[in-house]
Amino acid sequence: MTKQVQQLDRVIIRFAGDSGDGMQLTGDRFTAETAQFGNDLSTLPNFPAEIRAPAGTLPGVSSFQLHFADHDILTPGDAPNVLVAMNPAALKANLSDLPRGADIIANTDEFTKRNLTKVGYDGNPLEDDSLAEWRLHAVPLTSLTVKALEGFDVSKKDAERAKNMFALGLLSWLYNRPTEGTLAFLEAKFAKKPEIAKANIAAFQAGWNYGETTESFSVSYEVKPARLKAGVYRNISGNLALAYGLVAASVQAKLPLFLGSYPITPASDILHELSRHKRFGVRTFQAEDEIAGVGAALGASFGGSLGVTTTSGPGVALKAETVGLAVATELPLVIVDVQRAGPSTGMPTKTEQTDLLMAMFGRNGESPVPVLAPATPADCFHMAVEAARIALKYRTPVMLLSDGYLANGSEPWRIPEVDELPDISVEFATEPNGEDGTTYLPFQRDPDTLARPWAVPGTAGLEHRIGGIEKADGSGNISYDPDNHDRMVHLRQAKIDGIDVPDLAVDDPDGDARVLVLGWGSTYGSIAAGVRRARAAGHKVAQAHLRHLNPLPANTGEVLRAYDKVLLPEINLGQLAMLLRARFLVDVISYNRVRGLPFKAEELAGVISDVIGDVIESD
Amino acid sequence: MTEIHNGNGGLNGKGLALVPRSEAKQTLKDFKSDQEVRWCPGCGDYAILAAVQSFLPELGLKRENIVFVSGIGCSSRFPYYLNTYGIHSIHGRAPAIATGLAASRPDLSVWVITGDGDSLSIGGNHLIHALRRNVNLNILLFNNRIYGLTKGQYSPTSEVGKITKSTPMGSLDKPFNPISLALGSEASFVARTIDSDRKHLQGVLREATAHRGASLVEIYQNCNIFNDNAFEALKDPATRDDITVKLEHGQPIVFGTGDNEKAVRLSPTGGVEVVRRADIADSEILIHDAHNPDPSVAFALSRLDDPAFEHVPIGIFRSVDRPAYDQLLNEQVDTAIAAKGPGSLAGLLHSGDTWQIN
Ligand code: SF4
Repeated sequence: MTKQVQQLDRVIIRFAGDSGDGMQLTGDRFTAETAQFGNDLSTLPNFPAEIRAPAGTLPGVSSFQLHFADHDILTPGDAPNVLVAMNPAALKANLSDLPRGADIIANTDEFTKRNLTKVGYDGNPLEDDSLAEWRLHAVPLTSLTVKALEGFDVSKKDAERAKNMFALGLLSWLYNRPTEGTLAFLEAKFAKKPEIAKANIAAFQAGWNYGETTESFSVSYEVKPARLKAGVYRNISGNLALAYGLVAASVQAKLPLFLGSYPITPASDILHELSRHKRFGVRTFQAEDEIAGVGAALGASFGGSLGVTTTSGPGVALKAETVGLAVATELPLVIVDVQRAGPSTGMPTKTEQTDLLMAMFGRNGESPVPVLAPATPADCFHMAVEAARIALKYRTPVMLLSDGYLANGSEPWRIPEVDELPDISVEFATEPNGEDGTTYLPFQRDPDTLARPWAVPGTAGLEHRIGGIEKADGSGNISYDPDNHDRMVHLRQAKIDGIDVPDLAVDDPDGDARVLVLGWGSTYGSIAAGVRRARAAGHKVAQAHLRHLNPLPANTGEVLRAYDKVLLPEINLGQLAMLLRARFLVDVISYNRVRGLPFKAEELAGVISDVIGDVIESD
Repeated sequence: MTEIHNGNGGLNGKGLALVPRSEAKQTLKDFKSDQEVRWCPGCGDYAILAAVQSFLPELGLKRENIVFVSGIGCSSRFPYYLNTYGIHSIHGRAPAIATGLAASRPDLSVWVITGDGDSLSIGGNHLIHALRRNVNLNILLFNNRIYGLTKGQYSPTSEVGKITKSTPMGSLDKPFNPISLALGSEASFVARTIDSDRKHLQGVLREATAHRGASLVEIYQNCNIFNDNAFEALKDPATRDDITVKLEHGQPIVFGTGDNEKAVRLSPTGGVEVVRRADIADSEILIHDAHNPDPSVAFALSRLDDPAFEHVPIGIFRSVDRPAYDQLLNEQVDTAIAAKGPGSLAGLLHSGDTWQIN
């Protein structure tokens, strides 16, 4: 029987199950198939901080959402069209996000009395009428998988565990995905256990065949490849892009990369990734604590390496004193903060933009530090190179603010040619710079950049001592002179204020919008998607996105003042809004929700049209 | 320009073998900086500085390849007074900063200057981990058993009951024994010396610098302002010979003079004990073995000083050979490069699944 194939322009699928059900892997594989097929896509993993929360409970639910389309898209999508629920907890935890009419594929085998009671279901929702408004596909995923694997040399437990591959096979059929990549992946992943590889492949194929033959699915869907800019693409998550960006920075700077880091969610993957690239001369050092991580990175910078430390908010709090030392000694250093929900431990696997003011000001004394924030997962690559560029050129610590959403979310990325990347190499000082021709003045600045010379140990004649005590302008000797301190405080600030930063670009198609939506960091996709919706509804709205937060682009004030209203959505309580108001006296309208999740496009479209409505009303 | 290589060849050298040597003969003057020394007159730090300044020429290293890293405290001003590279960092963190430097630059002789508060209180964590990793550092721990720079509070090596500004009724906490702590931290080189005995101090430094890996040298240092005469018993001719136990590798451990001559032997409880020399046979006297892979006896010797100043061992407690952290780290880089060649950025960016859009 050939089934009907229906064309769609975009689909949002959410895989949800127990933490042990392999949902992240299933989502990753479906994403890889989709990327291979040529759709544009965006992903949002959502998992508990516990490694294995109690099985079958609501806190143990792990999910992976994927949005793919035949056109360019900006977010992982607001509401799924399809929910794959591996157990009652997964159904219960996700149903409220599911619009009426969406498909639910539920693993009936797990809807046992015991599992239902565990999450507070009185009856079985698959059997009563409570899901009548959705299209329910009740599939005994576990038992079908076990049956398909009869005759394979695997334990019952291993057979049951392959149910996620059965589900992946079924979904791959449903959306006409290419399968070679997954088959090759399974072969490679279980290369040392060929029986398990065979069983998983068989489960995957059984899922595909089930779709083709069962009456539960009458149509399959096709989403045509997207028309993206020509080039070679790969799918990339923010953490991977950031790690690659740091390697690229080291290559482009011609300096070895030294990473001092302490494991912390959601930044650890950058440490894991960089530890695999020793062929690039990357040295990774898993320190005894956050402070030692940044300390070692700064020590390596003093020695002429590109020193980097990676962490999340709690780690930045601990590193503050060493960042201050880097400000005082004027040495290059990159501090990556993959922000997560706070305060304190907060919600380690959930995203937030709440570390901006800490990055700006969280140190003693006047301690200015450049702050950058990537806008999308792939942008983490470019902003890592940019952070290193600024750190090396201006001899300063630089804060790079990623977040949990960027870190784990992914999107297709057009791989840049290496010769498209900037040359960020620096010259070490090699000669005395004093007027007498023999002395070396470690704090005699370049008149253009105000950067001090960087003389690394091993350079004869330039022996010098630096430290956290205030230094005399020029000579760098200890100085308690009041006017010198005043001058140094101003010089350090002027150096950061003078960093070359590109102008803020504004997207205002007709040039007559009266409302500007401004954002920074990971909210780019949600804001752009919200702006698209507002425009589709006939509204005129301009959009601009800041990737440099300190210093701000030189035209920022001009841009802000060009609009009647400026709307600034942030996943915090208005941290950038506070900075902009103080600096430009512009009454920015804040929109703040701090749920540990990205904004939804529809939510922002609503806020935008409300603000536009207010402007029109007040005319 | 200094070449900093991404890969560093096999590092089987010992001591300072990887640090370039100076062709010119050096003198003490070469290592004096132009900065005015600002410790209190009479401070033990002066003697240690002079001993180090006059010792460095003996190493014959290029001055530009020597780096002194310090934390915060009186002793941490040390780097300013030496005409080498130096960082005066933040409280307690010198071992961490020095670790990054030494791990990335095996061609440097990296020294850490720290005090008892700096390294055993606020920076305790970094000290023990630098020792366990065996980072190629010479760590000089100036122990004056008091906080000097903050004007006289008790420190983690102050004796119980110490009356200070912050403990008017006496301190309550049991002090650390830095030697025991270092031995417990898997240190490969552990020694103790004293500011007033330049010959002994320089002898210990000679061994410490010849050791590749972390060397921890505790230096008893007199703070004449806040804890004067803390080590007087070891300096006063009337008492010193009877309590100072000089450890020398391969030598029987005996000390004291005349009728007071004493010896150290293994005790039935598993430690070591001090007995009258005359009461035991020569064969019973413990022969000091600094190279013993088992640190138990070295640890037992470090406990001889409890109760404090009854008998105080000085010298090298332990000196064993173990690969240094930088060596292992660089070997991994070299192995990776040898196996697959140096990394290609384009190759990295294109690794994994890619697809072409035309
Ligand atoms: S306070 Fe004590 S340790 Fe500090 S400089 Fe004065 S005498 Fe030396």
